[in-house]
Amino acid sequence: MTIQSEYNPDADRIMSVALGPQHPGAGHFRIQLWLDGDYVVKAEPDPGYVHRGEEKMGEYRNYIQNVPHLERPVILDSCGILFPYALAVDELMNNKIPRRGQYLQVIMAEINRIVSHMYFIAIYGIFVGHTTMITWAMGDRDFWIDIAERIGGARVTFAYIIPGGVRNDMPQGLTERALKTCDWFEKRMDEYEKIFFKNPIFLERSEGIGVLTKEDAIRLGATGTVLRASGVKHDIRRDEPYSAYPDFDFEVPSLTAGDCWARAYVALLEMRQSVKIIRQAFKTIPPGPVRLKLGPQPRVPAGEVYARAEAARGEMSYHLISDGTPRPYRLKIGVPSFKNMIMIRELLKGVHVGDIPPVYWSQNFWPVESDR
Amino acid sequence: MQAQAQTPPPQPAKTQPLADAIVQKFPGTTVDYVREKRLKVTTAPEKIKEVALFVRDELGFDHISCVSGTDWIAKNEIEVIYFVGAVSKPGQEAIIVALAERPKRDNPTVPTLIEVWPGAEYHERETHEMLGVVFSGHPNLKNLLLPEDWNDIPPLRKDYISPGR
Repeated sequence: MTIQSEYNPDADRIMSVALGPQHPGAGHFRIQLWLDGDYVVKAEPDPGYVHRGEEKMGEYRNYIQNVPHLERPVILDSCGILFPYALAVDELMNNKIPRRGQYLQVIMAEINRIVSHMYFIAIYGIFVGHTTMITWAMGDRDFWIDIAERIGGARVTFAYIIPGGVRNDMPQGLTERALKTCDWFEKRMDEYEKIFFKNPIFLERSEGIGVLTKEDAIRLGATGTVLRASGVKHDIRRDEPYSAYPDFDFEVPSLTAGDCWARAYVALLEMRQSVKIIRQAFKTIPPGPVRLKLGPQPRVPAGEVYARAEAARGEMSYHLISDGTPRPYRLKIGVPSFKNMIMIRELLKGVHVGDIPPVYWSQNFWPVESDR
Repeated sequence: MQAQAQTPPPQPAKTQPLADAIVQKFPGTTVDYVREKRLKVTTAPEKIKEVALFVRDELGFDHISCVSGTDWIAKNEIEVIYFVGAVSKPGQEAIIVALAERPKRDNPTVPTLIEVWPGAEYHERETHEMLGVVFSGHPNLKNLLLPEDWNDIPPLRKDYISPGR
């Protein structure tokens, strides 16, 4: 695999086809394909259809006003995108978050990871023609959304993790219900393995297809499930522990195959770890306050930070520069989908047209997140 | 296929020796900050490729994390920063090295680093359209997120005012 492609646009046999932006699977995103018969000769991702200028918007709002709009790019994983923002502002302000607040940050981030991975697996099912998976996973996802709703007050965009901690405490009596959901969900995941991940039809469509080697994954800057499915055990929750993560016992799953199957299965393994973390957090959550009172217009000292956290799709990072005024001077969001976008181009080269859906969707790519 | 067993937690991050190594090898670089897990060095655009190769090959920072840019309008400079991490070198996973360069705002031309970190290609393309930085040697600098017919100054420059503001 090289960065320069070697296709010849003048050859008569090459046909160019646009996949998207009006496509039920591709979302608000286009992939320009050049085909030679049934083979993809070259693919070029074309994002930008839902670019909303989040970074510029961030420069016009203060540090608290920035919270609700920053979670919009990835509403499925809204805590994943807000967590590093809160970490960045807290680092600049030198905030010490109360322990209970940190535990709630972790609980919500892990619930969001499950919700996001469930969506990923559900749509994966429909991409490879496995209708059971979309109905099961979409239905079961709602039980986690119910718990998130009890804590955050909304079903998808909670604006829950904020600079200074979390927005509010969780309601009383939630622990029992959450632990029950954890037990039930672990059994449910065994059934997913049987019906989806060990299903011969799914194996046929995903095993050995779109293989990303370990060297290429590192070279091209892959992150998240894509990186871990290629044999790199890199997870910021473990390698650069933040918030309350050092308190919990969990593993970083990784697979070595690097194919479409491994990228799907690593998400299931991660959900098992998330359940483990959620269970520990609910059992050991300390009492106390959940946030620092920062006021509506916090004073953030001048400085520059680069904060990152492990969101559902991978490394979510913020480069935040404050010049001492109430608004950020620069707010750069490094989103995992954008980091993984180059993999779509590299992995689609040479595959059959029928293999485009698993290769594309196994990147766990979210066009709105990539565009910001 | 089973998940592999967990490796032991890495040793505490040490950034000061890395900063010393870079400054010793390239005397022209300035160290902006050294924190527990972060390190930022600024170098001249002519030197950045050498420094980048040193950071990748000798220090082991092989994984591009992000490329960011900032318009410092008062200083008439645009800052381009490469944030790189090390995913395969034990003990350095927590560290991010920020490699910065500050070309002049009127003609911000810098060499591309996609030969050093191929994953930087789309990041550089985004920095080009958002801040007007020209990465010489880059294979494709067409607009990525902005419309093809964008007919204004790059939007993340400070003198670009969003409509309605």
